[in-house]
Amino acid sequence: MKRPLLSVEKLSIEFGQGSESKRVVDDLSFTLNPSETLCIAGESGSGKSLSALAIMGLLPKMARVPEGVILFHDEDLVGLSERRLQHLRGREIGMIFQEPMTSLNPTMRIGDQMLETVRRHKLATGAGAHKHIRDMLEAVKIPRAGDRVRQYPHELSGGLRQRVMIAMAMLCQPQILIADEPTTALDVTIQAQILDLIRELQAEFKTAVLMITHDMGVVAEMADKVVVMNQGVVEETADIRKIFTSPDAEYTRKLLAAVPRLGTAPTRVPQVFGEPVLEVSNLRVRYPMKSQGLFAPAREVMAVEDISFTLHQGETLGIVGESGCGKSTTGRALMNMVDFEGDVRVMGTNIRGLKGAALKKQRQDIQMVFQDPYAALNPRKNIAELVGEPLLIHRRGTAAERERRVAQLLAQVGLPEADAMTRYPHQFSGGQRQRICIARALALNPRIIVADEPVSALDVSVQAQVLDLLEELQKDYELSYLFISHDMAVVERLCHRVAVMYSGRIMEIGSRDQVLRNPRHPYTKRLLAAVPVPALDRKLTPAPLDETEAPNPIKAKGHVPPAVRYEQPEEGHFVAVSV
Amino acid sequence: MSFPTVIRNLCRHKSVAVSLVLIVTVISVAVLAPWVAPHDPNMQYFDGLTMEGAPLPPNDEFLLGTDLLGRDLLSRLIYGAQTSLIIGIVANGIAILIGTLVGVSAGFIRGWTGTILMRLTDLMMAFPALLLAIALAAILQPSIWIVALVIAMVNWVQVARVIYSETIAISSREFIAVERTLGASTLRILFSHLLPHLLPTIMVWATLGISTTVLLEATLSFLGVGVQPPTPSWGNIIFESQTYFTSAFWLVLFPGLAIILLALSFNLVGDALRDELDPSLKGRG
Repeated sequence: MKRPLLSVEKLSIEFGQGSESKRVVDDLSFTLNPSETLCIAGESGSGKSLSALAIMGLLPKMARVPEGVILFHDEDLVGLSERRLQHLRGREIGMIFQEPMTSLNPTMRIGDQMLETVRRHKLATGAGAHKHIRDMLEAVKIPRAGDRVRQYPHELSGGLRQRVMIAMAMLCQPQILIADEPTTALDVTIQAQILDLIRELQAEFKTAVLMITHDMGVVAEMADKVVVMNQGVVEETADIRKIFTSPDAEYTRKLLAAVPRLGTAPTRVPQVFGEPVLEVSNLRVRYPMKSQGLFAPAREVMAVEDISFTLHQGETLGIVGESGCGKSTTGRALMNMVDFEGDVRVMGTNIRGLKGAALKKQRQDIQMVFQDPYAALNPRKNIAELVGEPLLIHRRGTAAERERRVAQLLAQVGLPEADAMTRYPHQFSGGQRQRICIARALALNPRIIVADEPVSALDVSVQAQVLDLLEELQKDYELSYLFISHDMAVVERLCHRVAVMYSGRIMEIGSRDQVLRNPRHPYTKRLLAAVPVPALDRKLTPAPLDETEAPNPIKAKGHVPPAVRYEQPEEGHFVAVSV
Repeated sequence: MSFPTVIRNLCRHKSVAVSLVLIVTVISVAVLAPWVAPHDPNMQYFDGLTMEGAPLPPNDEFLLGTDLLGRDLLSRLIYGAQTSLIIGIVANGIAILIGTLVGVSAGFIRGWTGTILMRLTDLMMAFPALLLAIALAAILQPSIWIVALVIAMVNWVQVARVIYSETIAISSREFIAVERTLGASTLRILFSHLLPHLLPTIMVWATLGISTTVLLEATLSFLGVGVQPPTPSWGNIIFESQTYFTSAFWLVLFPGLAIILLALSFNLVGDALRDELDPSLKGRG
């Protein structure tokens, strides 16, 4: 057998010194061969990203490597001089990160940033350097590469930015490409394209890819070998086939079971729901833009354009779509957090323009759960104060009654510990924090809960628990959910009806089985086809990169676009035509 | 959390405990000045000067030496503490109050109100602070309270700017949006959710401001529009004698030390208090 390109042996990483040190990675070993893809999979806190940083010699200052070797060819990267590491980085080992916007320098043109790398590693000079950059941008299939070099990062879409990052990492044609969650911040259709691109480049340049991911779908899509990590410990190292067919570790089995899989939810018998609790008709949200000049015409961003739907008691309506489609803005409009046009009736009352006491009263019927439970909780308040806050605002009961209610709410969301009340948000895990947010939203006994990506920030195993909780609460209280999400599998699991949004409009709406099992609109089909499936031999075939980007949502003030016409192929299933 | 617990927690750090003792000492000495001071601060002692008329270095009779007019430096420092503390605490307190009010209103309300408030702040900032202080002090009859007011009028501007940007940053955080969806009133959001997050910044400015205000008072006194002689203040003692620095170092050294130590103590206590009041820095893990 030939020698591996990279071999990590018994690697440990510790934080802190002496007795207070904490081991965050313990006894990690793996080998990586040319042209091979190894995925390190694990949930947050598993130490997967730190392991990648250790290979690059980029560990934070507080971290130490007490044991282990990282052999690249015959050189041990642990304890190598910074000078030597700088030489290896970029040239022999390239890295791409999760968030392309923060990894690119926003004040430099794309071409200049790439030129820096070319010069640093003395790849080419003068016209040769520029040609090399253009070739690489073309290799990552960036359309109109010649123009892009003069653009700044903010002028590119997220997908294009990640392509630029990959192009930069590939400039020296490194032997190893480390990709730390390279597609996590991207929409699914873009993710499919980027994964495909990495595979192609790998075949072309014989690069070994070390991919860090939490997404078992991505693992199935990319990996040859998999290392499953949990809390710094390697649970299992095996061939991709073994991981998905007969995993040894209990943890791997649990992880795979927790992943929501699109197309596995049982077919639903059509249910009959109660009264409509939320009726939205012709909702339109526009954000005014700063005028370009004193006499320039005023412009607006059309965030949501003429959408209508109804939500019944006890029902969950999912709104799915990619970033920028207007799904979150819709949620914010329903909460009266942004100005809107059109009718939004909550329990029969039109909430448009409500103010003061009337608005406060209406808030009792509709509450919201946000994506990031940490950001949504004031870090300086303890749990009793946070969950009791709505009761205090609406002057419900005495102090003692409120305390009882808070305890009851915490028990309902599965946080029965007596001392939870006096603790602060940072002392809880992500899943527990989201439970706290749900308890707070439930405090006033609302009829409707708008949930904006409530499980996107959570690990899959925790995600499943929170979804279970939401379902349970719905049964107990006949709650209605408006569930906003980009994750098709989660939507399939929870929702009774689904609306697909694109560019501020609803493209298709109907029962879950109608929309997800029998999609009519081409956009819905494309969206569904791009979801990576955590199963073997189901590789994605992404749609070719089309240059037609989403329609420009910036329009002159007062612009009225043509109304969308809907067709009704089945009872309750509406599909937009001519857009 | 009760007051005694806070004090006890603060005293866990030696440097903070020392600072607290120092602040309490300075305050008590200032309050008890007539009983503590060994001499009359304004008395020009005949034996307080050398035969050539130069100030005396520290000796048995005048513990910290004498100044140019033969007055006892220690007594002047003790009485000067009154002035400096009033300026440092009152002037600075008013400045922080105005600055916070303007900054929070502008940052939270935004729109036209915010724009007007912040442009006003910019205007004040563009105006030379010293010139403004001189003008104000010239119009109003100089007294220590007027000086304090003048200093406050000059110093609130920076506070307002910093608090303004902090307010914008905090009010765009999601938990503030959550409060709105819960139906919380603006006042509730301001006092219950925004102010606690501004507290660290306010604390830093309050403690840093003490040294700058004491020095600004010294400048004003030097220009003749501050505390009127013969009333001593730490600042005007330094300024009166700065030309004699090489021949009579004690005249600058001791009041200078007093200012530095007091400012440092306030800074240390301020920092510790800020950490103490932030629950997310405790019980991590």
